[in-house]
Amino acid sequence: MRQAPDITVQGAHHIQGVRLFGPVDLHIPAGKWTCVLGRSGVGKSTLLRLIAGLSCAGQFDGVIAAHDGAGLAGRVSYMAQSDLLLPWLSVLDNTVIGARLRGQAPDLPRAKALLARVGLAEHLRKKPGALSGGMRQRAALARTLMEDRPIALLDEPFSALDASTRADMQELAAAQLGGKTVLLVTHDPAEAVRLGHQIVVLSSGHAQFWRVPETPPVRDQYAPETAQCQAGLLAHLRAMT
Amino acid sequence: MMRFGYGLAACLLTLFLWQGVVWITAVPHFIVPSPVQVAKAAFSNRALIGHHAVVTATEVVMGLIVGSVLGVVTAILLARSARLHSLVMPVLVATQAVPVFALAPILTLWLGYGIASKVAMAVLIIYFPVTSAFYDGLTRVPADIMDMARAMGGRPREIMRHIRIPHALPSLATGLKLAAVYAPIGAIIGEWVGASRGLGYLMLLANGRAKTDLMFASLITLAIMTVLLHMAIGQLSQYLASQTELPPQEKFKTR
Repeated sequence: MRQAPDITVQGAHHIQGVRLFGPVDLHIPAGKWTCVLGRSGVGKSTLLRLIAGLSCAGQFDGVIAAHDGAGLAGRVSYMAQSDLLLPWLSVLDNTVIGARLRGQAPDLPRAKALLARVGLAEHLRKKPGALSGGMRQRAALARTLMEDRPIALLDEPFSALDASTRADMQELAAAQLGGKTVLLVTHDPAEAVRLGHQIVVLSSGHAQFWRVPETPPVRDQYAPETAQCQAGLLAHLRAMT
Repeated sequence: MMRFGYGLAACLLTLFLWQGVVWITAVPHFIVPSPVQVAKAAFSNRALIGHHAVVTATEVVMGLIVGSVLGVVTAILLARSARLHSLVMPVLVATQAVPVFALAPILTLWLGYGIASKVAMAVLIIYFPVTSAFYDGLTRVPADIMDMARAMGGRPREIMRHIRIPHALPSLATGLKLAAVYAPIGAIIGEWVGASRGLGYLMLLANGRAKTDLMFASLITLAIMTVLLHMAIGQLSQYLASQTELPPQEKFKTR
């Protein structure tokens, strides 16, 4: 895999003259998971879309750059809350859709290997409609891995899953996306504390780093220091207006 | 099969009512023929009706094919370029304000009394519904999916081929089902204005000679043809839908 870069986001975002967030000065370290928390409507998804180079409402003034000097375009993969699987394609075809959309020949053996890694080896030919929510999100993860981009942007990818499936998916994603620069937007403090090498709490005024436990992710959700961190984070979020 | 049964029952009921009205009112048979008389006329003129039905069917099917292909190509071009869409769409809508009936004489003048002017009529009448339905499907791909495709570095041509067209197939099927019902109208109008063959011509001829039973027989033949065509297109669209299995729209976040 290509070397994962550090990313810097400096600046503020306005929608029709009203500040959405910022000014922020964020350093997203290479090869680590950065979790972004904040109340609804504070611009978490906008921040992620800005880094992904997708269109969003309003105007960002500032700098979004990788430390190695190269552009971000073409080095980013994106995973959303809905799995975005195309319902008319099989799991295998969905996994290789990136190559097809770029007009390249898909690497089917590699796609099959990746699907096996996420536990879908038996379901290559099935359409997404025949899969459970957890299986669909695993197929989406395989598609993200297939792209093999050094930066992964995850917009609440696990929030629609039931608790046990979510815990499985978190572990699977942490294992499979290791070494990439990951930015995870979530509304769940427990998820952030479980997965984050660093946690950023975004509010309209600024972005604040939240101290995470010393232990490396994926953390035990019920370890005392993890639980304490979660509780503190939740209290902080609730106190925000 | 249930639906077919109900359809048959509705047809029989209509026939009984029709026969009943003719009996009760004793209306002259050259004004309203009874179903039995129509059936007799249809049987004794079966070769004649068949000959003209083949002509009309050819016009309708050719019109459907040409109109659908033109509609599909137009929709893809318009969906690829927003600028072209804002340029062309107002013109297309404006042409819809012109009644196709009014164009029939001029088309006959330009294309002659043969099959070409009728095919052109059918094409004109179905072109817009097909274009409009398919265009809607092509441009209503959920925003999240388009975002993903762009983040993947997808080329517009490949996004069209692998995402937008498959996504729009059910919409196209809707347009084609409408077209199957509209196309015969175009062909018949064309035949009324000037033709020496086709069911529209036969109806006009029979009407002029007070052969109302033959006129009804031709009309019913046309109706049966249209229903069969609609059913065939329905089958095709069910096939298309089974290929795409579009889930309920709320599954996707649309921005």
